Formats: sequence, structure tokens, C-alpha cells
Amino acid sequence: MTKEMLTIRVNGETRTVAVEPHHTLLEVLREELGLTGTKHGCELGECGACTVLVDGVPVLSCLTLPAQLGQAEVTTVEGLATGTELHPLQTAFAEEGAAQCGYCTPGMLLSAKALLDETLVPTHDEMAQAISGNLCRCTGYTAIYEAIGRAAARMRKTSEERRTR
Amino acid sequence: MSEYSIVGRRLPKVNAWAHLTGAARYADDIDLPRMLHGRLLRSTRPHARIERLDVTRALAHPGVVAIVTGADMPEKMGIMPSTQDETALAVGKVRYVGEPVAAVAALDEDAAYEALALIDVEYEDLEPIFTIEAALEREDVKIHDEARRANVFKEVHLSFGDLDAGFAAADHVRDEWFFFEGTTHAPIESHAAVASYGADGKLTLWSSTQVPHYLHRELEKVLGLPRSRIRVIATPNGGAFGGKSDPFGHEFSAALLSMRTRRPVKITLDREEVFYAHRGRHPVKMRVKTGVKRDGEITAVELNSYLDGGAYASYGIATTYYTGALLTVTYRIPAYKFDGVRVYTNKPPCGPKRGHGTTQPRYAFECQLDKIAADLGLDPIAYRQRILQPPNSRTVNDLRITTMGLGECLGAVRTATGWDRKRGELPRGKGIGVAGSAYISGAGLPIYWNDMPHSGAEIRIDRGGGVTVMCGTSEIGQGSDNVLAAIAAETLGVYPEDVHVVSGDTSLAPVDLGSYSSRVTMMAGNATKSAATALREKLFAVASEKLGVPAERLAAAYRRIYDLGAPERYVGFVEAANLAEARYGTLVGAGSYKPPAGIGGSYKGAGVGPTPAYSYQAAVAEVSVDLETGQLTVERITTAHDCGRALNPVNVEGQVEGSAYMGYGEAVLEEQVFRGGLHKKPSLLDYKLPTSLDTPALQAVLVETVDSEGPYGAKEAGEGPLNPVIPAIANAVYDAIGVRFDETPITAEKILDALGKRDNRAAPKDRIGPDGLGDGRRDPGRALRRLGASTEARERKRAGTT
Ligand code: FES
Ligand code: FES
Repeated sequence: MTKEMLTIRVNGETRTVAVEPHHTLLEVLREELGLTGTKHGCELGECGACTVLVDGVPVLSCLTLPAQLGQAEVTTVEGLATGTELHPLQTAFAEEGAAQCGYCTPGMLLSAKALLDETLVPTHDEMAQAISGNLCRCTGYTAIYEAIGRAAARMRKTSEERRTR
Repeated sequence: MSEYSIVGRRLPKVNAWAHLTGAARYADDIDLPRMLHGRLLRSTRPHARIERLDVTRALAHPGVVAIVTGADMPEKMGIMPSTQDETALAVGKVRYVGEPVAAVAALDEDAAYEALALIDVEYEDLEPIFTIEAALEREDVKIHDEARRANVFKEVHLSFGDLDAGFAAADHVRDEWFFFEGTTHAPIESHAAVASYGADGKLTLWSSTQVPHYLHRELEKVLGLPRSRIRVIATPNGGAFGGKSDPFGHEFSAALLSMRTRRPVKITLDREEVFYAHRGRHPVKMRVKTGVKRDGEITAVELNSYLDGGAYASYGIATTYYTGALLTVTYRIPAYKFDGVRVYTNKPPCGPKRGHGTTQPRYAFECQLDKIAADLGLDPIAYRQRILQPPNSRTVNDLRITTMGLGECLGAVRTATGWDRKRGELPRGKGIGVAGSAYISGAGLPIYWNDMPHSGAEIRIDRGGGVTVMCGTSEIGQGSDNVLAAIAAETLGVYPEDVHVVSGDTSLAPVDLGSYSSRVTMMAGNATKSAATALREKLFAVASEKLGVPAERLAAAYRRIYDLGAPERYVGFVEAANLAEARYGTLVGAGSYKPPAGIGGSYKGAGVGPTPAYSYQAAVAEVSVDLETGQLTVERITTAHDCGRALNPVNVEGQVEGSAYMGYGEAVLEEQVFRGGLHKKPSLLDYKLPTSLDTPALQAVLVETVDSEGPYGAKEAGEGPLNPVIPAIANAVYDAIGVRFDETPITAEKILDALGKRDNRAAPKDRIGPDGLGDGRRDPGRALRRLGASTEARERKRAGTT
């Protein structure tokens, strides 16, 4: 097979790599770019472990061909923190024990981020909907809801403080 | 204030940050220079002789570097030394669809895939065996040619107390059959292994395994490479639940391919292959007979279990015993008889899944107790609370009980759910049900019977106050690294973030037998505590001198060693460590743990069941049933769990909730089923794992009984909480619609059938479940009679009366 050059925007960086044209975004992230934080549980679009954000929207990287992306911005778990500052979801997941084995976690975090980018007052149903494509075999989802709720509260507080400053 | 600085606090796990930033390195994340990619060719036949296996065309593929087949690794292997009946790759014969037959190493994954299609295999089909009944009846078909008794893998017969007298004294007897369908673990991470064999003749294998120590042993046996030259590193497992606790074909294949090529080789299973690797919950048919007095006091229990083992042994001996062993530790049973049979069938091997062998009989027994309570007009919670096995006692099968919190657990779920308001008061279609259960905190005996410790830990303190804990445990998401860090930090008086945990590495860490049977908190926890205590004594000796205070008056916390009488007088941890190193040399402490003697009986078969301490739990399920569609909605599961002491309540609650989730899936959605030997649902689309939208509201209530056997009083939390959930749901469904579900899963289709609404002719039923061993088409008694006759003949022979 002949590789083709691909330019892709990931976590705020522009990267150019040679890829097999039939390889998925998941494979390119993990194998060509060394971003192994994105996981896979099926590579058939069934488990959600491979979820990344494309221009802020959750997509299954195992079903996405990178050539489709154009200038779109891809966010993986490695790009969730801002510099040295963790995203409130990451802190809240740690505090609530929302990552047990941690394998669904990268995808779960990104689905949750997409939700909190929409609303900082998510209802339980909205949270359940937002992560309904992300299977978790460990937690029973309870701690994940608590973590998303905690992160949302913290983010509300921060944006409140910013406004009053 | 708590007497502890770390234990009992809701702290983040020490390894959480790696998981949350994508930095954790699971096996498939490993990428080594010159690494090859491996794939396994798998059998397409359930039972066949391999007539021809020709890899010539595949080897000619330009991307292929090496291929190995069963002939390269003919040595038998398996997790239990007495029943090793498996080879890394099939030799001569295949016994289930999906059994690995050959392994390819290629320059990339695509080439490896292509090469599989170029391997020529010719099979001669043999008659397959798919059911328990066929396995018992067909003595002319042998799945394992060397098996002495056709397809009977294991038989167990145990009897305690006077059974006949027990049943004679009963005022009321229930005698019925149950069926628990097989299910699988389905961790989100599929199994993966990376092997690297170097010019120095040493092999390193990274694997997503729960049992690095046993894998180490089996690699030596199969590869013929001395164990001293093998290093196994258990990578963080992306979930396991028992599904990664056998040695697997892909692990040996990666190792041998690396030895043949002198290049690293990675094999990652795809999702379909994970369903074939299986080792999941055995389908079990059970007959349970219970006698009670008018007030419900149990007079005798008889249990027969028939386990569908699949094609190989796995932990099957232990599983068979476990279907009988733990039934006695919850309620007083004065007489008990247990007969268990595990058979071979041409399906992927069954093994240990969360609750290992105890889940199925617990379901049956708790359903039957619910019926008895209804028969006698008793409240199911109050009834159970009245017949509890007492703490600090021995059961009829000679198991030692220490703390016993089932009564508190039942009380806790009663209060938390508003049981008294709801039970008997809900409208038709809504129901509430309860069940209790128990589990071991680690098996009392090791798999290889020897006198060595079950767990060892080594702790080193560096000159900056860093504490490194080394222990052979495998971190599978249950939080074992954090348990070790918390115990070391508490004992030495530092913070968990001062602790570095090196786990699952056979070269760097002392042996721990593995992350199975819920043994880590109890066994590795005690080993770590004793290693830390040895070091603390040295620290206290130098601090005592410095402060002029006797060592007994010292305590350690918050990076200080301080005078209990005057806490403002202290030596900093780093200073104490430096003083101690100056006095004693390098600061290394070692500790090990072996369960105490006398926790079980001495009869044959007494090895399975004993544990240092049992965990207890009770669950209440609240359900609603749509009477038109049969749709079952489990609205809420409340589980109270006696964990001894919660070393970290966040993690214990997480285990309890995760168990409830998994139990819910098994009760309602999941089934590992086959059609003509073909797995019907080997994908996450068809095999239904509960999603966020399916999963009920889950509530965990922790009950602390502080057991003197456990480190800081802790018992297990990882498996027991699954057990009560399934019968609690079945009992709640009965409360809702008056139908007993004596088989799992409880699907909408079965509910419609029971309601008489599946087709218009059928009459409503008050029970869904088996009436015997057979499926109705065959005479179920025949196989039983034949088995009984041959068992009797064998027993007579053993007794020398033939
Ligand atoms: S890997 Fe499972 S959905 Fe993409
Ligand atoms: S934390 Fe293990 S799968 Fe979600």
C-alpha cells in the first residue's frame, strides 16, 4: 500500500504525517501521532471508547477517515487540559472515582466536554443522553454523573467569578 | 477526628491522573522499535480434527515474517495444575468455533490479516456437543479423547449433617429447578500482549492479565524457557472481571513469535475474539431443595448443580466447588448436601466471572427463600434477618466465619429504600424485591499448593522521603494500586502522593498470586502493611532517641513522627528516614501474607470456600413492568455492602455500584448464546451491555464491621456486591406481576410469554424456568440416572466393594 501525506489539526497543533489512505482517524492518532490516549474497544462504532471531538462535536474516530476532516480541529484527551491546568472534568472524575479501569474514560471525558460546552446546568437526562454512546463496564455510570455535575458546578462558579471581576 | 489520616478518606486514586490525561499505558499502547504485528487464525468448526494445516502460501506473503502453529507449542497448559487440557494453539483437534489454530507475525496489521486468509486448513468434522444434557448422555462422543468419563469434566459430592433427619423435621419443603444463562465479562479493553525476546536470551511479556505470576509459570512450561529468563509485566487492565485470569494462546504466540524473529511482537484481540476467549460465567442448571420449619428456620438444603463448562478446564474445578461452597455462610443450615457436575461442550471455555461460581446458586437460593417467605407469610427481610448465620461461628461445611454484617446490610437497605412503605403496597406492574449474599476475601488456598506466601510486598524509602511499594498485584481498574498506596501511606505516616507503586512486574515485585477471588485488599494489603510496619519500627527507633520518648508513645501521620502525648514534638519523615538509613543501611522492608490455618475443614474438597473473612451484602431492586409490552424497567438498585472497613469509600462505593450495574445486565440483558456452535452475538451491538440509558439508579450503602483479619479491618468489595442484585430483581418482578423467574435473563419476551400475551392462545404462567435437566424433548431423567449409576459404581470401587 502507498502512504499519502495528510495534514491534520490536533489539539491546537498542525501535524503532517504519511498515512495509509484507508486508515481511520483512530489509527492515525494512535499509530502515526503517538496519541495513544484515544482508546478502542471494537473499531466498529459500538463502544464509544474512541470518541474524540471534531470542531467540538463528539465523533467515533474508528469510523472517521482523516481525509474527510479538512481544516477541522480534532481534540483528544491529551488536549483536554489547558497548558498545565487540567480541565475541571478531569479533576472531578478523579475526585468522584469516575475512572475505574480508565479505559472508557478518554471517550467519556470528551462526550462530557461536548455537553458542558453546550450547558453548564445539565439535567440527569441530558447527561445520560450525552454519554449514551460511551459504554463503561466498570462504574455503572453513577460516579460519572456525579463527576460531570461537579465539574459543571465548578465551571459555573468560575464563569460567575469572571463576570463579577 | 478519625484515628487514621488516610484510611477512610475520600481521596482520588493515586493512578487516576494517568487515566484522566491519556498517559496510562495499556498493553496495546506499547510500541517498540522493529515491532511486528500478530494475528491469530481461529477455528471455524465447533469440533473437528485438523486434517491439514499448511502455512506455505501465507509465509510467501511479502509482509509476513513468521508463523507458528500448535505443533510448535504442544505442551499442555492451563491455570489449574491438575486439569491442564489446553494448548496455546490447537493441536490435532479444535473444540470450539474461535479456538486459536495458528499465529502470524507480519510487518503491519494489514499484512497479518491478509496472511490469515492464505493459511490452508482442512478439517474433518466431528459430532459436536452443545448442551449439558448431550454431554451427559453421549458417551460415544468425546471432546477430550483422554477424558476418562466421556464429557464429564468434574464431579463433586459433599454431604454435611443429617440430611434425612433435616428434611424429616421440615414442615415445608420446596424443591425446584433453576437455570442461570452464561454471560461474559466484556471489558472495554480487549486482551493484548507484547513480547520482546532479546539477544541476551531473555523474554519480556507485557500483557493485559490479572495473573502475571501464573502466566510466568505457564510461559516457562510451554516455551521451555527457564522462568529466571522471563519477565512478565501486567499492564493496567482496561477492565477484566475475571476474563483475563487465564493464560491465553495469544500470549504464548506473541512470545514464541518474538523468540523466532528476535523482534518485539504485539497481538491485540479484536472484539469478536474477546467473545471467543471468554472464560465467562458458566451456564448452570440447578436443583435446590430446602426444608423449613413453620417459622422458616431452615432444617436442610440439597443442591445439585450442572455446569456447562465449554471446551476446556479454565478454573472449572474451583467453579464447580464454588457452586456449592458458599451457600452455607449466610443463613443457618444444619444439614447440607451438594452434588456438582461440570461437563465439556463445544463452546468457548467458561471460567471465573465476578462472583465466580457463587452467583448462580445464590440466585437460585435467594429466589427460593423469597418463595418460602411468601409461602409462610413472612416479610422477606425480617425473615432473612431471623435465620442469619452468627458471627464468629463455623458453618455446617466447616467454614470459619468472623465478622458477619448481613443483618446490618438487610437493615440498611430496608431503611434506605423505604421498604416498609412499599412492600405489598405497590400497584400491579410495580414491584420491590430483596436478596442477600456473601463472598470471599481471597481464596484460602493457593492454586499451587505450597507453603509460600500468597502475597509479598517490598517497600523502599528513598532519601527524599519517597516510598516505593512493590507488589505482584495486577491493577485491573479495581483500585489495587491505590489500596497498596493508602495502606503504606497510613502505616508510615506519609501521603498517598508520596508513594510510588510498582505492581504486576515479576522481576521488580515479590509474588502476589493475582487479582482474582477478591484477594488483593486482604492479602496484598496485609503484606504491604507488614512491610510498612517493619520499616516504621526503624523510623520509630531513631525518632524515639531523637525525641527522648519511648517508641510506644510515637505515631506517624502527615509526614511526621510525633509524640502522642505532645503532638507538637515531632521528627519530620525525611529526617527520620535519613537517620534510620544512617543507622540501618538501605531502608527496605519486606512483608508477606498467608491466610491463617484452621479456616476450613479437612475433607476432600474443603480447599474451596475458606477465606480469612467473608464479605456480606444485601440488595433491594425496584422495578416496573409494562403489562402490554412486557418491558421490564429496573428503576433503582440499592446495595448495602459489609466491606469490613472502607479504606477509601469512593472506591468501595464504585465497586458496589459497578457490581450492581453488572448484575443488572446479567439479570435483564446479557446472554452468551450459540446456534450450532456459532456465537450468536459476538459484538457489542448484539451482546447488550447496559448503556447509560438502560442502567438503573444505583445506590451504595457501606456497612463497616472492622474485621480483625483485614488490613485496618478491610474485607473485599469487588465481587460480592454483584450476587444479591440478580435475585433481588427476580424477586421484585414477582412482586410486580406474580410470576417467578427461575431462569435468567428476564427478557420482555419471556415476560410476555408469562403474561399469556406472546401469542393469543397461550395461557398465563406463574413461573418461567426449567422443570428438570432436559429441555423437554429428551427424557431428563435418563442422563441423571446414568450419571448416578456410574457415580455409584465408581464410589463402590473406591470403597473397595466391587
Ligand atoms: S472503538 Fe468502539 S466505537 Fe470506536
Ligand atoms: S472505567 Fe472501566 S470501562 Fe469505564
